[in-house]
Amino acid sequence: MDILTWTYIIVGLTFVLYIFIAIKTRASSTKEFYIAGGGVSPIANGIATAADWMSAASFISMAGLISFMGYDGSVYLMGWTGGYVLLALLLAPYLRKFGKYTVPDFVGDRYYSQTARLVAVVAAIFISFTYVAGQMRGVGIVFSRFLEVDINTGVVIGMIIVVFYAVLGGMKGITYTQVAQYCVLIFAYMVPAIFISLQLTGNPIPQLGFGGTLDDGTYLLDKVDGLLTELGFTAYTSGSKEMIDVFFITAALMVGTAGLPHVIVRFFTVPKVKDARKSAGYALLFIAILYTTAPAVGAFGIYNMITNINDKKIDSLPAWVQNWQKTGLIKIEDKNLDGRILYQNDKLKNELTIDKDIMVLANPEIAGLPNWVVALVAAGGLAAALSTAAGLLLVISTAISRDLLKNALAPNISEKKELLFARFSAIFAVIVAGYFGVNPPGFVAEVVAFAFGLAAASFFPIIIMGIFSKRMNKEGAIAGMIVGLLFTLGYLIYFKFLNPTLNNKDNWWFGISPEGIGTLGMVLNFLVSIAISIFTPAPPKHIQDLVEEIRIPRGATSAVIH
Amino acid sequence: MINDIKNEDHSRSAYWRANIKILAYLLIIWFTTSFLFGIVFVKELNLIKMGGFKLGFWFAQQGAIYVFILVIFFYVWRMNKLDKEFDVDE
Repeated sequence: MDILTWTYIIVGLTFVLYIFIAIKTRASSTKEFYIAGGGVSPIANGIATAADWMSAASFISMAGLISFMGYDGSVYLMGWTGGYVLLALLLAPYLRKFGKYTVPDFVGDRYYSQTARLVAVVAAIFISFTYVAGQMRGVGIVFSRFLEVDINTGVVIGMIIVVFYAVLGGMKGITYTQVAQYCVLIFAYMVPAIFISLQLTGNPIPQLGFGGTLDDGTYLLDKVDGLLTELGFTAYTSGSKEMIDVFFITAALMVGTAGLPHVIVRFFTVPKVKDARKSAGYALLFIAILYTTAPAVGAFGIYNMITNINDKKIDSLPAWVQNWQKTGLIKIEDKNLDGRILYQNDKLKNELTIDKDIMVLANPEIAGLPNWVVALVAAGGLAAALSTAAGLLLVISTAISRDLLKNALAPNISEKKELLFARFSAIFAVIVAGYFGVNPPGFVAEVVAFAFGLAAASFFPIIIMGIFSKRMNKEGAIAGMIVGLLFTLGYLIYFKFLNPTLNNKDNWWFGISPEGIGTLGMVLNFLVSIAISIFTPAPPKHIQDLVEEIRIPRGATSAVIH
Repeated sequence: MINDIKNEDHSRSAYWRANIKILAYLLIIWFTTSFLFGIVFVKELNLIKMGGFKLGFWFAQQGAIYVFILVIFFYVWRMNKLDKEFDVDE
């Protein structure tokens, strides 16, 4: 059977599975809709968090990104995993003990202020929307690439599927769907990686093959370093970014991860405090399977590209190169007309352009795997895109129905009405996200990366201080959030939209790029909120008691008599 | 009765101090393996080779992530023990 038929069969089967699960586990109360009833086992929540976390970009683009960035790509590897340590140690257990449904819930209650709640709602919606718009576009691209439909048709198909299970299932439905999606995506990622690793290094474990030797006895990484330097690039294992920038970007991504509402909310779904801690560990474990494989795939990929294409005759290229040329992901232009392809850092001489996504997409063919594996990769990419989109949409709908409606506008609304409203907000969120997926504003791709910086500069510090400082008050928290957000947003807008020509390290403050500025925003948030809180009244007694209470794992039954 | 409450307050703050201490140690490990080994001292560590890997590069792309996982699972184990010691477990 050909690839397209296999793709339709496998993708079709996985969709039937997701919808089946969504129907089986649909939400029947607001608690189930918002936090899956609080009864998810730590392992299941860990798996669901991993699927929620790993987007189409992690699945399709990250390995390729790293293969062109070499060492510099480490910012993504450490940045998008290290945040789970912060989550597990500093946030998840205490937020679980707090026991409400959303991040704005915590901010509003802990800082005894509707203003603080409102600032948090706006930040949560803004961060999630910028993030989800990119995801919907990703869904469209994956559909169009694998099912050979138009990107916009792809976005619409994706919207219909997501509406179906997010609206019906709520958090409970998407959690169990995400468990299935994780299994699909990790299997699809690992099979080609294992075979490529075997083919190149004789070691079936990509993480070890990464440091293994090639047929001629040289180490893979030494070989890649040598090949790249010869062609005029920086060696693979040494980067070209400044150290301070690598440091700040990594920190912004880590802290941002720990401040993203759609990640934090996952830890509200487990029954106990100790489950929240354990669950963060499982989440990272399941994420790490892909995240430690990706850099290996990246190194294998760049090695395969260079040795199979560079300096080879144009009419005797391997079949997979010719296949991917048709999609435009590999572009060849014989500038010096010598009938051979030259890969060079010098843009004027270079004759080969490779899209980063090829490093994952072409793997099955390079490894000579059967057509159904190619179809599996398609299903994996879709699983990654859909699970992330659903998680984000749920945060948006929760922010609208719970934080805005129930907690601010109409506190007396009945549970049934709130649930209905939550479902409508989910539909509304999907439609808005779908609109941006079909008509992507030019800056969406950029802004997605900045969602991390904004989360780092707004939520992370005030949640941390809400737990670790009894003295932190509403004045400090509100000022800190606003200063952190405005500073980070201002720096981003200045360099990315107002003066893109100045966006280079000569003009950056202290050599920190817009990608890393969230770290400085976070520091400012901490400083401003501490300074302001010193000069303003301490929080009332019942808030200090609340802080005491969330620090202790044992439930409300053994609360102290005051 | 008053004494009970005082004791409980006392043990609660002792529990919290013990928790902070564990956190501090673990965050030092977290910071050292990623930011120090993987970024600040990456050039120096790259002079050491471990199989086919330069050590600094390995920490940045593999090692730090393994350490993160160990840090979290150690924390889970240690805190479960601490919760029992201070009788605050669920």
